[in-house]
Amino acid sequence: MIACDCQLARGRFSLRATFEVPAQGVTRLFGPSGCGKTTLLRCIAGLERFSGSASFNGEEWQRAPHHVARQAHERGIGLVFQHAALFPHLSVEENILYGSARRAGRAAMPHGEVVELTGIGHLLDRRPKTLSGGERQRVALARAILCGPRLLLLDEPLASLDLDSRTMIFPLLERLKRELGIPMIYVSHTRDEVARLADRVMMMEGGRIEAVLDRLP
Amino acid sequence: MTFPDAADLAAVGITLKLATISTLALLVIAMPLAWWLARTRARVKVIVEAIVALPLILPPTVLGFYLLLALGANGPLAKLTGHSLAFSFTGLVAGSIVYSLPFVVQPLRDAFIAVGEEVMDAAATLGASPMDRFMSIAVPLARPGFITAAVLGFAHTVGEFGVALMIGGSIPGQTRVVSIAIYEQVEMGRYDGAHALAAGLIAFSFVVLVVVYTLNRNASAVRIG
Repeated sequence: MIACDCQLARGRFSLRATFEVPAQGVTRLFGPSGCGKTTLLRCIAGLERFSGSASFNGEEWQRAPHHVARQAHERGIGLVFQHAALFPHLSVEENILYGSARRAGRAAMPHGEVVELTGIGHLLDRRPKTLSGGERQRVALARAILCGPRLLLLDEPLASLDLDSRTMIFPLLERLKRELGIPMIYVSHTRDEVARLADRVMMMEGGRIEAVLDRLP
Repeated sequence: MTFPDAADLAAVGITLKLATISTLALLVIAMPLAWWLARTRARVKVIVEAIVALPLILPPTVLGFYLLLALGANGPLAKLTGHSLAFSFTGLVAGSIVYSLPFVVQPLRDAFIAVGEEVMDAAATLGASPMDRFMSIAVPLARPGFITAAVLGFAHTVGEFGVALMIGGSIPGQTRVVSIAIYEQVEMGRYDGAHALAAGLIAFSFVVLVVVYTLNRNASAVRIG
């Protein structure tokens, strides 16, 4: 189970999101722009301070109201940011090894396979600045997978992608789901390919989770 | 008279030693301070920023005067430890650190701000502890800022006069630095000696700046290519 009860206020925006979803399969977090999807994802990742609680498969990440039991770097998650957030001073190869070097022995998929599936083999020596948007996003995904996450959080990873990259990333996400069984929470505000992978949809609006709908098989 | 004379050479040596030690100490002190200033949202930040920037606008003699009181024989430090730092090399280092602090903190703070939150967040989700991501992400990305900070701190210490005179007292071989030596040469009407030191200082500053701009250009070239 992924359980979360987040409250947070930022100026005029306030987030009051409570949900509980199984820690398996793909959960799609869906709602209009500005409804707080990214903020909620960052709360789960441990990147925002909020009041409330969060836990993953019974492991306490935050105890109400403010006690952070596990910080972001101790949660064993992978997060793919909307704008990739690659490290500009490191090569592509060094970028994707950054996480795996820090969580030794937990990679779920071999390095070579991830590189091949994301189609970044020819980019390994390059710097992030020389990559296209789609290439950056694929590198970011490879980096997140290679650190061996127990939970993969994706913030609109397809939003800024060209068709080539989309057709490459979709089967990869499908394999991650089918073969490795890594639970994913996937943020989007438009209908896209990944919606087909979703086992359930969390509907979000105005900083609240309105409903969790199981997708009919 | 040999030229430049031994006393002037000694002043050059003391100046270089002073600037090197001060710069290293300044980097150690300024790094956490600049990082905190770049990240904090605490209200006390503006107060700290103002204190750090004070040496920019105060006359060096004001700074030197209070440092003399603080570090001198009747000051709080002497009462606490029994040692006065006035008119000593150590006192000179302490004075330089205070005097040059804004020149080191400000470029570092700006460089840390430019690092951005998103790459730090990404490093956190990849399992890097706060210290780890500071060393592996923030410090390398802020490299141009470190170079600028080190050079400004060094050059500013080399050029200081007021503070060095007040707290150092121009003791030959101990606290007599180049800028004071130039002043004393001129006072004695020895323009040749003053020229040798002054022209040397200009050449030195020029070379340092060329080296810095070259290094910074290469640093940004590496990141693009």
